[in-house]
Amino acid sequence: MPSPELSADSGSTVGVSGPDAVRLSGITKRFPGVVANFDISFAVKRGTVHALVGENGAGKSTLMKTLYGMHRPDEGTIEIDGTPVSFTSPADAIKVGIGMVHQHFMLADNLTVWENIVLGAEYITGGFRPKAAIELISEIGAKYGLYVDPTRLVESLGVGDRQRVEILKVLYRGAKILILDEPTAVLVPQEVDELFGNLRELKREGLTIVFISHKLDEVRSIADEITVIRRGTTVGTADPKRVTNRQLAELMVGSALPIPELRDSTVTTHPVLDLASVTVQEENGRAVLSDLTLTIHAGEVRGIAGVEGNGQAELVDAIMGLRPLAHGTVTLESVDITRAATRTRREAGIGFIPEDRHRQGLILEGKLWENRILGHQTRPPLASGVMINRAAARKDTQRIVDEFDVRTPGIEVTAASLSGGNQQKLIVGREMSGEPVLLIASHPTRGVDVGAQAAIWEHLRRAREAGLAVLLISADLEELIGMSDTLSVILRGRFVGEFDPRTVTPEELGIAMTGGEVAGGTTTESVASSAVTDSERGGAR
Amino acid sequence: MNGRTKFLLAVAAPVGAAIIAVIVTSLVLLATGHSPGDALDAIVGAFGQNRTLINTFNVAANYYLAAVAVAIGFKMNLFNIGVDGQYRLAALLAAWVAGMSFMNGLPSVLRIVITILVAMIVGAAWASIAALLKVTRGVSEVISTIMLNAIGLALGAWLLSTDHLAVAAGNNVSTQPITEGGTIPTIAIGGSSTPLYPMIGLALLVGLIYAFLLSRTVFGFSIKATGMSESAAVASGINVKKMIFAAMLLSGAVAGLVGMPELLTGREGAFSLNFPTGIGFIGIAVALLGRNHPVGMILASLLWSALDASSNSLQGADIPKELVTIMQGVLLFAVVIAYEIVRRARRRLEQRTVARTLAAAPPPGGGDPDAGGFGGGGRDDGPDDPLPAGPGTPDLQKAVSS
Repeated sequence: MPSPELSADSGSTVGVSGPDAVRLSGITKRFPGVVANFDISFAVKRGTVHALVGENGAGKSTLMKTLYGMHRPDEGTIEIDGTPVSFTSPADAIKVGIGMVHQHFMLADNLTVWENIVLGAEYITGGFRPKAAIELISEIGAKYGLYVDPTRLVESLGVGDRQRVEILKVLYRGAKILILDEPTAVLVPQEVDELFGNLRELKREGLTIVFISHKLDEVRSIADEITVIRRGTTVGTADPKRVTNRQLAELMVGSALPIPELRDSTVTTHPVLDLASVTVQEENGRAVLSDLTLTIHAGEVRGIAGVEGNGQAELVDAIMGLRPLAHGTVTLESVDITRAATRTRREAGIGFIPEDRHRQGLILEGKLWENRILGHQTRPPLASGVMINRAAARKDTQRIVDEFDVRTPGIEVTAASLSGGNQQKLIVGREMSGEPVLLIASHPTRGVDVGAQAAIWEHLRRAREAGLAVLLISADLEELIGMSDTLSVILRGRFVGEFDPRTVTPEELGIAMTGGEVAGGTTTESVASSAVTDSERGGAR
Repeated sequence: MNGRTKFLLAVAAPVGAAIIAVIVTSLVLLATGHSPGDALDAIVGAFGQNRTLINTFNVAANYYLAAVAVAIGFKMNLFNIGVDGQYRLAALLAAWVAGMSFMNGLPSVLRIVITILVAMIVGAAWASIAALLKVTRGVSEVISTIMLNAIGLALGAWLLSTDHLAVAAGNNVSTQPITEGGTIPTIAIGGSSTPLYPMIGLALLVGLIYAFLLSRTVFGFSIKATGMSESAAVASGINVKKMIFAAMLLSGAVAGLVGMPELLTGREGAFSLNFPTGIGFIGIAVALLGRNHPVGMILASLLWSALDASSNSLQGADIPKELVTIMQGVLLFAVVIAYEIVRRARRRLEQRTVARTLAAAPPPGGGDPDAGGFGGGGRDDGPDDPLPAGPGTPDLQKAVSS
């Protein structure tokens, strides 16, 4: 059990006395073959924001589904406001005042805001009474500072507004306890700030919020108390005022975190990739990459920092030949490949770890060894002439599974059955096969567990020592600073600065990423400035 | 997932669908005042005759060829509805070439090869119109092939007149009949008035090539990869437009073969107004039923053709032969639904098996001492011990409450 003394430390925000709003004791949930939750216990005080953190797959969502009545626990009890409850469906949970805001919005685009809110809850206004419903919604909106025009069509709303509609939906049903499942996953930093403002408002009004996330900066800024889940069970409760990101992360994974860092410089003078005045335009003629010039040498990791959506994806596409250039040239090992097809570029030795592994990196329904062939389908040992060499594909897949520690029962299972980290290790292993000269690594450790992260970093280091040139794009500034030999900052499709990762601070990088001046410290975009704040926190360890 | 479960899952869908089809058809029979028992007797009785059996095989060969043509498209998420128009136009022009007088001087094998080649080229050419539209203008092949069917029908009717490619034959018009040596002799079977068509061999050969192409070649891999994830295929350097074009052409070429058994072994030896139509659409059904699998489609085409063959004996028992159509329709519906259910079940099962295998035996170097005990009990201390065996720092101890 979390100790009551701790909550006293966490400040005046926690002041409501009486029984805990939510108390889970000894919750165990088994699915055939796996135990998703084991002996989970924690309590949430009324009028607080309680964060539940844990790695992907740690069992957070299963637990919340239990609390929301989507399935029943095999063991353990749930108490709401001191009364034991047993839910057979979410309707039961809603009745006692629990509301859930799902990570993926469940809204009908072609209906208006009020229609979406009322849908399935017509009984609240005693039948279908639009006027009364709209009034009630406006009232709730005003009370909690969550105003969205009830008559607007949902399809015309931005992501932040849609989320507010989801929250209104549960408030409309009388929720006093809100479960938010990774609510910030789809939001830009500015919207995250707005959401947190809303949550604080809700808290002031006495509502209780259970906040699920794995973004530690956010958790520490919003939560009154943090419960950490690892491998399906609660491993501790922490005070957000006193715990650091690293401590939390280590608690989440149960071991010391890997540190991204390079050993001695291996940068040579041999240029592998040369971009000269590369310009990419959208169909309407707007430039998404303007006049980029860049050289990466053998044994060099070139990091690209930038707020997402500033041309990183287009840069990757330009190098991979997935998008035509308006101007400029791309040269690989002194060969002009500006007009070469993607296949030719891959055959010339470009490895590619895509940003979205499900979309570009894998055939999810394909077996592991079939995925090994992907991108290498024209090269030995996987192909001999027009034929696929299935034996060689299987053998080399087994090699990758062994060398890169891909946790799988075998190579005949589909890629979809592996966890994200293992899928990524398979991709990294594949892209480092066939002796590439250049590796494009786009968010190589995004969404993978720390074990996989450490392994991927180690493989990058080794490949770099062996003379591989790497283009590293990442949103994780710590990774960028630690793993790069040189750092470029990209903003609105242009390189706006070059930094030495040995001396640069995350703050400086963040300011450059958002278009501010390093000396003056003026930032031009508020969206970007909150990204800076995040990265500051991320880096200040 | 062990081999037995895998096999059971694979068989469950078609068998389940067949049972549902039988039940629904029986209900229809009862509702219309017929006896399902009589119908069954009639069908079983029909297959007591060699003639029905032979007929089933002959027709199945046509269906199989059409199914392979459709399946090539399906593997790439291309829906070639135009097989019907492709094979009819191909058969017409191939029959016209085969009936030309210069052919008489050529050796028999060459004549047959030329006829087949012409059919394949015409089929591919007709399909290439849809392919070209798709690749250059993004026109959906579903729409364009349907429209090309209509155009092909009109074009065929226009060509099949005595002003152009046809000659009058009684009150029928047909292309110049192929003279002896240009056709393939049939195989007479004892006890059956219908001979066996040797073109079954052609269908099997096409099936073999189809299987080989898909599983063993770079081209086949690219087709499958594009079909399963176009975005991943593009990122892997597969030229998707080229693949669409090639697959569509190949599909058209195989479609061109659909009319060959009838033309080269049929009674008329010519393309006439009586030339069978609609096989292209049956091919879609057979490909769905056989899941684009080379062997699955053999079984599906046999089943479809057997149902067709039984329709005559049903009439003999005073049961409307439309019953067969109902049964085929229900079968198709049930099978498509059953496959989807099995596909999902299989994926869930596999994910679960993978999770279980990994949970049971963490590979060496897994690092976490909890791994083995996860779910295996022995964790009575639970959350009261915030730092179980973890290498926590003293700072962490302070920050974390018990």
